[in-house]
Amino acid sequence: MLRQLEGSHAVAEAVALCRPEVICAYPISPQTHIVEGLGELVKSGALAPCEFINVESEFAAMSVAIGASAAGARAYTATASQGLLFMVEAVYNASGLGLPIVMTVANRAIGAPINIWNDHSDSMSQRDCGWLQWFAESNQEAVDLHLQAFRIGEELSMPVMVCMDGFILTHAYEQVDLPSQADVDAFLPPYEPRQVLDPSDPVSIGAMVGPEAFMEVRYLAHAKQTMALERIPQVAEEFAQRFGRRSGGLVRPYRCEDAETIVVALGSVIGTLEDTIDEMREAGVRIGVLGIQSFRPFPLAAVRAALQGARRVVVLEKSFSVGLGGVVSTDVRLALSGLLLHGYTVIAGLGGRAITKASLARTLGEAVADRLPPLTFMDLDWRIVERQLEREAATRRSGPIAENLLRDVGAVASKVR
Amino acid sequence: MNAPVKFYQTGTFTVGNRLLRADQRSVQASTERSNSLNSGHRACQGCGEALGARYVVDAAMRATGNQLVACNATGCLEVFSTPYPETSWQLPWIHSLFGNAAAVGTGVAAALKVKGRQGVRVLAQGGDGGTTDIGFGCLSGMFERNDDVLYVCYDNEAYMNTGVQRSSATPPAARTATTMAVGPQPGASFGQGKNVPLIAMAHRIPYVATATVADLRDLEAKVERAMTLRGARYLHVLVPCPLGWGAASRDTILLARLARETGIFPVFEAEDGEVTAVTKIRRRLPVEDYLRPQRRFAHLFGTPGHPEMLARIQAEADRNIRRFGLLDRAEA
Amino acid sequence: MLQVRFHGRGGQGVVTAAEMLSIAAFEQGRHAQAFPSFGSERTGAPVVAFCRIDDREIRLREPIVAPDVLIVQDATLLHQVDVFQGLRPDGYVLINSRRSFEELGLGDLVRRFRPERLTCVPASEIAKRHIGRPLPNAALLGGFAALSGLIRLDAVVHAIRDKFTGKVAESNVAAATASFDHVAQRMREAADA
Repeated sequence: MLRQLEGSHAVAEAVALCRPEVICAYPISPQTHIVEGLGELVKSGALAPCEFINVESEFAAMSVAIGASAAGARAYTATASQGLLFMVEAVYNASGLGLPIVMTVANRAIGAPINIWNDHSDSMSQRDCGWLQWFAESNQEAVDLHLQAFRIGEELSMPVMVCMDGFILTHAYEQVDLPSQADVDAFLPPYEPRQVLDPSDPVSIGAMVGPEAFMEVRYLAHAKQTMALERIPQVAEEFAQRFGRRSGGLVRPYRCEDAETIVVALGSVIGTLEDTIDEMREAGVRIGVLGIQSFRPFPLAAVRAALQGARRVVVLEKSFSVGLGGVVSTDVRLALSGLLLHGYTVIAGLGGRAITKASLARTLGEAVADRLPPLTFMDLDWRIVERQLEREAATRRSGPIAENLLRDVGAVASKVR
Repeated sequence: MNAPVKFYQTGTFTVGNRLLRADQRSVQASTERSNSLNSGHRACQGCGEALGARYVVDAAMRATGNQLVACNATGCLEVFSTPYPETSWQLPWIHSLFGNAAAVGTGVAAALKVKGRQGVRVLAQGGDGGTTDIGFGCLSGMFERNDDVLYVCYDNEAYMNTGVQRSSATPPAARTATTMAVGPQPGASFGQGKNVPLIAMAHRIPYVATATVADLRDLEAKVERAMTLRGARYLHVLVPCPLGWGAASRDTILLARLARETGIFPVFEAEDGEVTAVTKIRRRLPVEDYLRPQRRFAHLFGTPGHPEMLARIQAEADRNIRRFGLLDRAEA
Repeated sequence: MLQVRFHGRGGQGVVTAAEMLSIAAFEQGRHAQAFPSFGSERTGAPVVAFCRIDDREIRLREPIVAPDVLIVQDATLLHQVDVFQGLRPDGYVLINSRRSFEELGLGDLVRRFRPERLTCVPASEIAKRHIGRPLPNAALLGGFAALSGLIRLDAVVHAIRDKFTGKVAESNVAAATASFDHVAQRMREAADA
């Protein structure tokens, strides 16, 4: 049914439709509306049977989910940024144990400096932990990915992180088609665990594994993600048949067929890129967008196939690896090894800085003319950066960086955007 | 030969005493006991924690009709009970992380409730490190929500598995790898201490108790009592560690008894935040009797030793005795 | 595509206004996207919210820098924040105020735009009368419906009832309707003049 509602509420309703049995909640912007929505559904009795637990930290949230999942319950939680980092030990534990927990990450920057707005640094910091990691382009896709997450996660016995841009998606009101309970039930069967704590058949979960077998256990996690590379498109296809729309999958090319330049991106910025690309196409530029939906497992073959016909690839990302450059870029380059094309990394939108069509058009124009440096920080205010570097060169006691920069930037409240 | 044979009247305190009525025998005395922590584990000779865990889990299994799930923190118990590729656990058991046993227990309990299987009970267990330090937040959260979990802390007063480092449960003056017996204030400092049983009581959870491995029946009875109740319950068990305490492996139970008899470790029960029962000291002893057999306190003795630290420890024991009323009037 | 930008202060329901507008547009069978620019909750601080309306799926996600419509919920912002930044020459402006543009010191500014597309409406006063509290957002949407005809009053009413319930909903509906009538009346007077 078509509804106009806030992204986080849409996700809450989607998760509720998946019949979760244990939900653990710890508040952090910008995911709070999701767990609040679910809390209300449970308390009112609309979502039952379900235990909604207000835990005392994100570390507790993931730990409670681990216990619940190990005891055979479908478990869910949501977090962002600092919260994700606080639970990292448990995040690795969940994937190491092979527990199919589903978690929404409302992508938000990681401090210091503290920042509540969107970028991908939080989920990117966990790209190696063994969780499947998917990125939603819109609130519709966020809804749909949660359904597919429970389905694929439980099938493979691996946890899944569904990433959606904090504020940009979570707090945006837009049209979403929410499926019926019957349709979801037909798509998502009850959870049948591979391992479960049950007195009638006792097992020990979480034993130590020494050098004799650790590599093999870890390889199996990789093997499962390799299997996921096959299952993700299959399940996405089944989803399309049942629900009548394309969501999820590995990658989604837009106007790439004859593109000389292809921009690669994840998440909500894909929408803005598509509008930008349409305008550039009208001006005669052969340019396209490749959205990556499944970041883990990383679809090397699919990315290569989509990009190999182009002359240049621009990876636009909301994350970066300090001291190196792009994060997504590195993975994309791996997919393109051996191919001769121009590669550009554009880092944009960190800490919620708006990515505008105008800036994209300008930057992509430079790329198309091969005038772009290999690594660009889009819309960076170099004056402020240089002022700070001068300050630090001039005096040892140069003070907190953030304070200095904010003073240079001026009062934020008076700005329109 | 003509060697004298000594007979001892041990009465009801013997573990395996089958001269008692069936209902008075200990769980351990029964051949039917679940033996949840089976033999073959790799604990040190004389390990108090292995003993305590076996007592506790077997008692819990009997009390719940073998409908029990255990959630274990990282630590000695977890390590020696599941040496790759074996496990000694005879019940469903999960080890997640160091600091989250209580939270995992909460999750298991929630799952069982959702599935309508509340007849299956949950035990969360860990050492002092995983309980009083790194697991403290999760423990308090579990208490505050009154989650249906019995949490048992096996307190050997230091991070033993990693090489005897100090925890917030380490008693003052004790030598550990991070509170060495050197300098003007050797051993662990005289800090504020962290009395987790009292903190548990401050949460007003249904049941809090302390126990030691010297009193098998008392420990079993407390586990049993705990399992008749629902909600958050906490059991703090003193488990001497021969290696970490520098004591003879045959002295584990003796040391636990001495800890009780000197007033250093008060043994009591509490419900809804109020003390309901206390185990009286039968024959009061000076703290020195407890401290001497442990090399972790060796620096207190000898010449010149640290008589002032000894006095402070004694004063603390005196305070416990007063506070909990551990002596009958006649003994006081 | 219609791009609407709302300005106000935290606690005045600016974000809710944008959301209700999007619901009203949805009710009229259109696509709409509403989102705030600041997510942190802080009463009294300047807040900007956006709403895009179109007949096809809206893929663009960036702050609205060239709005077609400007709705200002708090006149004290007028000389503090450049609320008019980027406003299209044929844009609509709705300001919550008892006073006129001249009296607000905006005489010069508004001469650059189309006069029949600009109006001030005493939304806080109307709200106070009908709701009992000076929460102007519903009233401003009613006023916008009258000013532009780009959204129907009944769709606004539907959106209000979607967001609120019971007496709160009905009093807001009354405020929106009163504001609609007020603006419609003023426009008739201006046309006759």
